Amino acid sequence: MNDRIEKRIELKAPVSRVWRALTDHREFGQWFGVKPDRPFVAGQITRGPITHPGYEHLIWEVVVQKIEPERLFSFTWHPYAIDPKMDYSAETPTLVEFRLEKSASGTLLVVTESGFDNIPANRRLEAFRMNDSGWTQQMKNIERHVASGT
Amino acid sequence: MSHPGRSSAGPQRHDHAPIFAALGDKTRLALVSKLCGGQLRSISQLAQDSVLSRQAITKHLRVLESAGIVHSSRTGRESRFQFDPQPMDDLRKYLALVSEQWDQALSRLKSFVER
Repeated sequence: MNDRIEKRIELKAPVSRVWRALTDHREFGQWFGVKPDRPFVAGQITRGPITHPGYEHLIWEVVVQKIEPERLFSFTWHPYAIDPKMDYSAETPTLVEFRLEKSASGTLLVVTESGFDNIPANRRLEAFRMNDSGWTQQMKNIERHVASGT
Repeated sequence: MSHPGRSSAGPQRHDHAPIFAALGDKTRLALVSKLCGGQLRSISQLAQDSVLSRQAITKHLRVLESAGIVHSSRTGRESRFQFDPQPMDDLRKYLALVSEQWDQALSRLKSFVER
């Protein structure tokens, strides 16, 4: 069974623009939905509250791995760490990599997340259970938000 | 003759089982593919056309059993094994979930950089 997720997306924007959206912590925060406390620096932690409605009590946290200008940005994190009572720090994190490539229409972005085999099965199940109530609710919030045009 | 019909472990919890680890082995994957049709199979049936001994096959089956991927039941002196799709379904659902979150995040990124 596959232990990694890979996404490829064509963006109609220059590589330099996409690079900034990924690696400037304020810009990253805007589309990702978090409020990072400090710039991304290789080897260091950036954290901050999630800004999605209903999830503001959760702290998002990554350890930046690589910053290779306009080519590769990567960090490790604990995916789906959405239970504030849980201590996830003992678990092996997954690795998220953003790879950029110039393309005809702008930028090809390839995102991979790997290392899911290290996440305990009970955590995966818990994430799934929490999703049933939590994430579905959040999707509704977003739908409402978009529909109301605010 | 000990217990007729079902015995051994009974319904096992698979919550804490390392499913990926259990599946990260060629022999065990081959066993799963033999079992995933759903029929109960004995160790002798599963050991057919394998170079491995019955003991080796049994050891692999126990690993799968502790991950909840197969269950065993005993008929007379013979253990028979059956596939349980649940843990693998859970795993698939989990990955689908994380994958869906990425789809959403990347579509937000797309509108962010293309505006």
